[in-house]
Amino acid sequence: MPSAFQSLEIVLIKNSLLVAFAIMGITVWISYFLSDRLTRGRLHGSAIAIFIGLVMACIGGIITNGKQGIADITALSGIGLMGGAMLRDLAIVATAFGVKAEEFGKSGLVGILSLLTGITLSFLVGGTVAYAFGYRDAISITTIGAGSATYIVGPVTGSAIGATSEVIALSVAAGLVKAILVMILTPFLAKYIGLDNPRAAMIFGGIMGTNSGVMAGLAATDPKLVPYGAMTATFYTGLGCLLGPSVIFIFIRTIFG
Amino acid sequence: MIIYGTALLSICLLLGLTMGRILGNLAGVNADIGGVGISMLLLILSCDYLQRSGRMKPPTEAGIAFWGSIYVPIVVAMTASQNVLAALQGGAVALLVGTLTVGASFALVGFFVKAGNSNSPAKG
Repeated sequence: MPSAFQSLEIVLIKNSLLVAFAIMGITVWISYFLSDRLTRGRLHGSAIAIFIGLVMACIGGIITNGKQGIADITALSGIGLMGGAMLRDLAIVATAFGVKAEEFGKSGLVGILSLLTGITLSFLVGGTVAYAFGYRDAISITTIGAGSATYIVGPVTGSAIGATSEVIALSVAAGLVKAILVMILTPFLAKYIGLDNPRAAMIFGGIMGTNSGVMAGLAATDPKLVPYGAMTATFYTGLGCLLGPSVIFIFIRTIFG
Repeated sequence: MIIYGTALLSICLLLGLTMGRILGNLAGVNADIGGVGISMLLLILSCDYLQRSGRMKPPTEAGIAFWGSIYVPIVVAMTASQNVLAALQGGAVALLVGTLTVGASFALVGFFVKAGNSNSPAKG
């Protein structure tokens, strides 16, 4: 007869999504409790919850050496489903419920402008650092620049223009660092950059671009801003994948040969 | 019925993601351009239409609102399944690229937000 522990493990694995709901519920409860008692609400509960999520991801990575954080532990694999693209996109679209279409229209132009300058800025900064560290070929400079856009633009651009796997891995790591920093820093920096209204959130989404970073960063700052930031950020990765291997690569190649 | 709301939400997302993919294919990239954003517009427009014609019932709304309200725990689950270790092990170049880009981007957001405010002081 299997032990009680084995029985529990079987149930947890067979019902992984429910395990995720339970764990995330407890995590959010603990976070709001800490927010209330330790910071008297000054640090948003969701910011603490997102930080705990990052710590969990680290622990999962150390234990399993996998790529999906805590979701690589079999009994906790439901967390990967719950936080995966399908349910995440469903929830984010649902946050747009009740938003007026005119709100997006009013800031449409500045949204497009922020997308283009945001993508250009990322390539500029990423490419400059790559150059400073001794990468002198246009392919590597473009790929590392693409990684500083998002961790999807990096490998898409890199494989399109034929970068080495080492440089592609570097671009993914750079994109991950960006996403995580945006998650952590946004609630602290929001008041200094005027991030407290729909228009500013659309600019923020367009310039930062990293979907996961923008979504988690805004959730930790003010959940009401989430749909606005998500609206522009959702165009960033696609535009980056479009511009990176084409216009931007050609531009960088004419400079570095 | 609550399921009407969730079904409407799902239909908007499926249509929006498909349009995003088509947009990506037209642009020649194997990626989705604005799928979630298009889905959001579809949801806003269809809800607006249903509300105007008086066919949006409170249970239908609840079927949409539920998913929006569990957004935070879903995002926490998303962060818990990120490859944080790879970011930490990316070395000095990755850390520096990521940090400088984020720093410059925050500055640029601040500049854009303030530039817009001074152009239209009425919005204050």
